[in-house]
Amino acid sequence: MFMAAMIGILATIVLAVLRTLLGPTVFDRILAINMLGTKIILLVAVLGFLLGRPDFLDLALIYVFLNFIGIIAVLKYVKFKNLATVNPDNEEVGNERV
Amino acid sequence: MVGFIDVSLFLLLAVMAVAVILQRNLFTAVMLSSVVSLLAFGLYLTLDAVDVAFTEAAVGVGITTVLFLGTLLHTGRKEKRSPKLDWLPLLLVLISGGVLVYGTLDLPTFGDADAPIHDHVATHYLEEVEEEIHIPNVVTAVLASYRGYDTLGEVTVIFTAMIAVFMLLSGLPRRSEEEEMP
Repeated sequence: MFMAAMIGILATIVLAVLRTLLGPTVFDRILAINMLGTKIILLVAVLGFLLGRPDFLDLALIYVFLNFIGIIAVLKYVKFKNLATVNPDNEEVGNERV
Repeated sequence: MVGFIDVSLFLLLAVMAVAVILQRNLFTAVMLSSVVSLLAFGLYLTLDAVDVAFTEAAVGVGITTVLFLGTLLHTGRKEKRSPKLDWLPLLLVLISGGVLVYGTLDLPTFGDADAPIHDHVATHYLEEVEEEIHIPNVVTAVLASYRGYDTLGEVTVIFTAMIAVFMLLSGLPRRSEEEEMP
C-alpha cells in the first residue's frame, strides 16, 4: 500500500524534474520546483510510515515552511530584481524566455 | 524496497548535476542546483541521517539559493564561454575524484555492525549515558557533554565568522542609496 504510494510519488518527481529541465520559461521552472518540494515532503511522510517511524511527519511539516520561504524569495527576485526592498519601477520584468 | 527509492533518487541527482554543469543561463542553473539539494535531502532521509537532511534543506535549498540570487543581482545572468578548454584543471579534478572513489573501496559497507565506529566509544555512550550525564537523548549528551570542548570551539568559530561578516557588511555603502544619486 505505502509502496504503491511511494512509486506514484517517485513517478511524479520524475515528471517534475523533467519539467524543470525542459523549461521553457522561468515560471515553468519555479512552478516545477515548488511542486517538486511538495512531492519531496510527501515522500518524507510516506517514507516515515514505510519504515515504521511516523515521526518523520514533523520533519515534513518543517520542510513545508522552508520550501515556502525559498519560493517567496525566488519569486521576489524574478518580480522585483531585488531581495531587500520593493522597487515599483521595475514591475514588468520576469516574463522573458530563457 | 528502500533500495529502489535510493537508486531512483540517485539517478535523478546525477541527471540534475549534469544539467547544472551544461546550463549556460545562471538563473536556471541556480534553480537546478536547488533541485539537486532537494533530491539530496530525500536521499539523506532514506539513509536515516535526519539531521544532515535538515542541514541540507535549510542551507542547500534555502540560504544558498537566496545567496546565489543575491549574487546574480550584481553579476550577469549569462555565463561567459571560456575561449578554450583547459586540460590541466580537468585532469586534476579527474585524478582527485578517482583517488576519492578508490578511497571509498576500503570503507565498511553501509550498516555494517563491525565497522570501527561501533566498537570505539559509541557503545560506552549508549550504555552509560543515563548514569553518567542523566540526559536521555544520546546525541545531545555527546554534543554538549562528552565533546563539550569541541562544541565550544565550533560555536566560537561560527560566532567569530558572524562578527566578521557583520563588520564587512556595515562598511559597505547601501546599494539603493547609490542608485538614487543622479
